[in-house]
Amino acid sequence: MRSLGLDVLWKGKNFLRLLGGLWVAVRISLISVAVSIALGLVLGVLVTGQSRVLKALFRVYLEIVRIMPQMVLLFVVYFGTTRVFGWDLSAELSAVIVFSFWGAAEMGDLVRGALISIPRIQYESAEALGLSAGQAYRYVILPQTVRRLIPLSINLITRMIKTTSLVMMIGMVEVLKVAQQIIEANRRTSPNAAFGLFAVVLLLYFAICWPISRLASYLEKRWA
Amino acid sequence: MDFEVMRAYLPLYRDALLLTLRVGWQGVLLAFFIGVVCAVILHLRLPVLRQAAAVYIEFFRNTPLLVQLFFLYFALPKVGLRVGAELCGVLGLGLLGGAYMAETIRSGLESVTPIQSESAQSLGMTRMQAFRYVILPQAVSRSVPGLVANVIFLLKETSVFSTISLMDLMFTAKDLIGMYAKTMECLTLLVVFYLIMLLPVSILGSFVERRLRHAEFGP
Repeated sequence: MRSLGLDVLWKGKNFLRLLGGLWVAVRISLISVAVSIALGLVLGVLVTGQSRVLKALFRVYLEIVRIMPQMVLLFVVYFGTTRVFGWDLSAELSAVIVFSFWGAAEMGDLVRGALISIPRIQYESAEALGLSAGQAYRYVILPQTVRRLIPLSINLITRMIKTTSLVMMIGMVEVLKVAQQIIEANRRTSPNAAFGLFAVVLLLYFAICWPISRLASYLEKRWA
Repeated sequence: MDFEVMRAYLPLYRDALLLTLRVGWQGVLLAFFIGVVCAVILHLRLPVLRQAAAVYIEFFRNTPLLVQLFFLYFALPKVGLRVGAELCGVLGLGLLGGAYMAETIRSGLESVTPIQSESAQSLGMTRMQAFRYVILPQAVSRSVPGLVANVIFLLKETSVFSTISLMDLMFTAKDLIGMYAKTMECLTLLVVFYLIMLLPVSILGSFVERRLRHAEFGP
């Protein structure tokens, strides 16, 4: 039987290198999700306010994010802005900027959705009970919003982890790139390594994303 | 910004747009087909097939398209299955999209309460009639926002095709930047062409969404 490259996986530090690549992907998405949640909360609260201008601007922003492929945004930030403004951005920083730009829009929209889904009567009842606006937010509105938001933001983490595979296009060495390097290095001794290694990369992504999305759907059902 | 250069590049981008659209729509159609089949299997709770569909959906929803494409394009030939780049793109997009479409359509079907089909049958409709005239219109109108979002998502994901040397928009831009280093011009055209491709879909989508709201019943 022909070797399918699984032997290459255990040669030297290859498997550890793959895991290291996976960690790069997870790190970028965790940082970006943290930034997105912070920005998204602010955006969501701002957009549910009175200002029509803000609402219109937010719609345009959301539309841009929904339409532009993340890869295009990565190229624009990493190759475009560095050229125009002459600054120096590392690939990782560019990736975090792009993913946060994307995540903040998505989070903002989720926060907006969660906030307007809370019936008016909740605000009115809180006021009737003598709570100040701040207290109403703190004790009545936010706890309900957060419950709706947590599963959705966990989903955003998996979407980000999946999208991080694109950062290899701007020269970052993440799990897929590591796999390519290993395949190249072993081209002679095991020409079929591509099969085993890409299969393992698929499984690694699945092993990370699946438990996280199960958790999200569990929480969604429990708190619905 | 050098507009002469941009004009010279236009035909290349137009060809790339046509290729992206061709592969993209084939992928979307395949995705829709797979999605409907899986959703019906899940909805009718067919034994064995249901488990298979669930595994397929979970797997494709939890792995990135880029890695799926690499597997189809670079790994499968190693076990004797050679697939051309364009077919790879269509298959990859269709398989990924099918998993998302299935979820959207299934939740649309499930959002129609059982009492609807019971009432339809008590009015003398057959099961098929109830499904055709009562359940399906409501399920479709409820899945439309999700389906539109999926179509946009899938057309957007085509940017990944450049990695398996399909000459799509992303590939063309990368190629031209590599050859002539007119970074700004190429990136501007890239952004403009993605807008040309996806803005109409997005606008049409929200129009259809508003129109179909008539089919909704109840709160």
